[in-house]
Amino acid sequence: MTETKLTARNVDVFYGPKKAIDNVSIDIDNGIVTAFIGPSGCGKSTFLRSLNRMNDTIAGARVTGEILLDGEDIYAPSMDPVALRARVGMVFQKPNPFPKSIYENIAYGPRIHGLASSKAEMDAIIESSLTKAGLWDEVKDRLSDAGTALSGGQQQRLCIARAIAVSPEVILMDEPCSALDPIATAKIEELIDELKENYAIVIVTHSMQQAARVSQRTAFFHLGNLVEYGETSEIFTNPREEKTKDYITGRYG
Amino acid sequence: MILTGVLLAVIGLGLVGWFAARGRARLLYTGRGSMHSMPSYHGWHMALWILVPALLAWAAWSAIMPGLVDGAVMADPAAAQLPEGDMHRAAVLADARNIAANPDAVAFDPLSQELAAPMRAAQTRFGMIGGLLILIVALAGGGYGFTRVRAGFPARTHVERAILALLLIASLMAILTTFGIVASLLFEAGLFFKDVSPIAFLTGTHWAPGNARGIDIDGNFGAVPLFWGTIYIGAIIAMVVAIPLGLMSAIYLTQYASSTIRKWVKPILEILAGIPTVVYGYFAALTVAPLIRDTAASLGVANPSTESALAAGLVMGVMIIPFVSSMADDALAAVPRAMSDGSLALGATQSETIKKVLLPAALPGIVAGVMLAISRAIGETMIVVMAAGASARLSANPLASMTTVTYQIVQMLTGDQEFNSPKTLSAFALGLVLFIVTLILNIIALRVVKRFREAYE
Repeated sequence: MTETKLTARNVDVFYGPKKAIDNVSIDIDNGIVTAFIGPSGCGKSTFLRSLNRMNDTIAGARVTGEILLDGEDIYAPSMDPVALRARVGMVFQKPNPFPKSIYENIAYGPRIHGLASSKAEMDAIIESSLTKAGLWDEVKDRLSDAGTALSGGQQQRLCIARAIAVSPEVILMDEPCSALDPIATAKIEELIDELKENYAIVIVTHSMQQAARVSQRTAFFHLGNLVEYGETSEIFTNPREEKTKDYITGRYG
Repeated sequence: MILTGVLLAVIGLGLVGWFAARGRARLLYTGRGSMHSMPSYHGWHMALWILVPALLAWAAWSAIMPGLVDGAVMADPAAAQLPEGDMHRAAVLADARNIAANPDAVAFDPLSQELAAPMRAAQTRFGMIGGLLILIVALAGGGYGFTRVRAGFPARTHVERAILALLLIASLMAILTTFGIVASLLFEAGLFFKDVSPIAFLTGTHWAPGNARGIDIDGNFGAVPLFWGTIYIGAIIAMVVAIPLGLMSAIYLTQYASSTIRKWVKPILEILAGIPTVVYGYFAALTVAPLIRDTAASLGVANPSTESALAAGLVMGVMIIPFVSSMADDALAAVPRAMSDGSLALGATQSETIKKVLLPAALPGIVAGVMLAISRAIGETMIVVMAAGASARLSANPLASMTTVTYQIVQMLTGDQEFNSPKTLSAFALGLVLFIVTLILNIIALRVVKRFREAYE
């Protein structure tokens, strides 16, 4: 039932002379949630950012190897990173709504890509994005309020809605709950679970419980290496590698 | 003369006291914990006790001595011939004082020659008395200070308290000076508004202070053309140059330039801010203005003026560019990186991100920077004095010669002027208006900047 959406082959990522990711190969499937776990500084966020070429915005960052989206090399010269990022959306650690109204926050992406040809179409995109992000009922009466006036959890769902609005195929989430309280976290996790039907979702998380709750596959990174990758249930109950076992049992990290 | 010597003597005494007290404290010092304060603190404590009271006494005596000397001279028989009338009398006394200090000076009045000798005698006498008093104060202070050199005396605490007082006085000085300036501005402007109605001044459109005589005084003090010239040159022409160029250079430097380019271009821009305004002034007057005139003439404008609002405004705009650029640079840098990341991750290009996310987010900071720039531009003087001209004219033609508030202030206060005429006093009224406007602009701008900073912290 699942098909491969993203494939990485022998990927190295450098920041200047420093190698942050060492020879990582991984297949990420459609329709499920894949979690990247590992101690701080293990390179999981770096690897995530190389999947939509956000590393391009960091001076001195360099990616070698191959990353394929539906079989297409995303680092090929013919690939436009701007077009790629519309297909591979991203949600950040700290909610970062634009200092605009809720409506304008969502409308921003579709407007750039010309997805709506009329006000009615735009309104429909706004409603469906907010509904999918589980925020519609909470904000439908105050779409013109500032996005920054929402609570932290609502802001993060707004950012998810914003990412959904441009109809991406993959959603990358970089520790989306680390700045949120447990109730807001639970809502986001619920949302991730619903969204996985239609997207390939990759989530970087510090919390092993979260990885266990939301993901179907888990990749464990350590010091820039992909140590182990497999079914989440396997990783947490029966890890093959000693390092993975040490990490999930809390020996370090 | 004598008092200068006394001053040096007091400073010498302070030095001696410093060494004496420190030396005595060193004798008392027998090891760690034996004294509350280290010997050098005792030295400073003693020196302060010598210097501070003696210098206060010196300042007080310097203030009252001229009065005492004049009193003594007036008691001299020769002074009986002094003319009535304070002004004349003061002039003769000043003349005598001059001769007393410098025997070769020429006397304008034979009487002052006669008064010079008693003047000199009185100066010597009161100088000696004062000098003696000051030395007594210094010695008394020093004596008291020396008795405090004891193991348990907290000299360090006292010295540090004195330093605190010094810092407080230093910071009050700037504030008091500002109050003084405002008070004098208000006072002189008040004198002006006794003669000229404020409404006529603020709304009249005819400025010709030279013609202001008798009944038609209000009609010649209409300052609107000056306000217009100031706004046209400083807030319109200069800003049309400075805002786009400053903003674009800030965008380029913060968003696109490689760190190497940034490293070279930023300091060069900052050098532009360090060029003295008088240099900009003659650049405007000698290079830009003739260029504009010739260009205008070749385009068929009849009799273009050498001095033009355009020349002054353009150069002022160039002068303000680094200011706008650095304010915009700060404002753009204050927008969190998460903001642009969010936009880029949605598939926006960098220029879309700048246009639709960064600039709107940085707008309050940029607006505040522009307001500060305007307040600088309208207070700018040298460029307009050299390049804008003197004719008060209500015109929208940038090639016309125009005058500004600052130019007129310079005009009213330089050269020979009767000090109580409305013409001279108008400078203070103009200064007051300028002061109020720049004050308001600065207050608003600083508030906006503060709010803006809070929004991202």
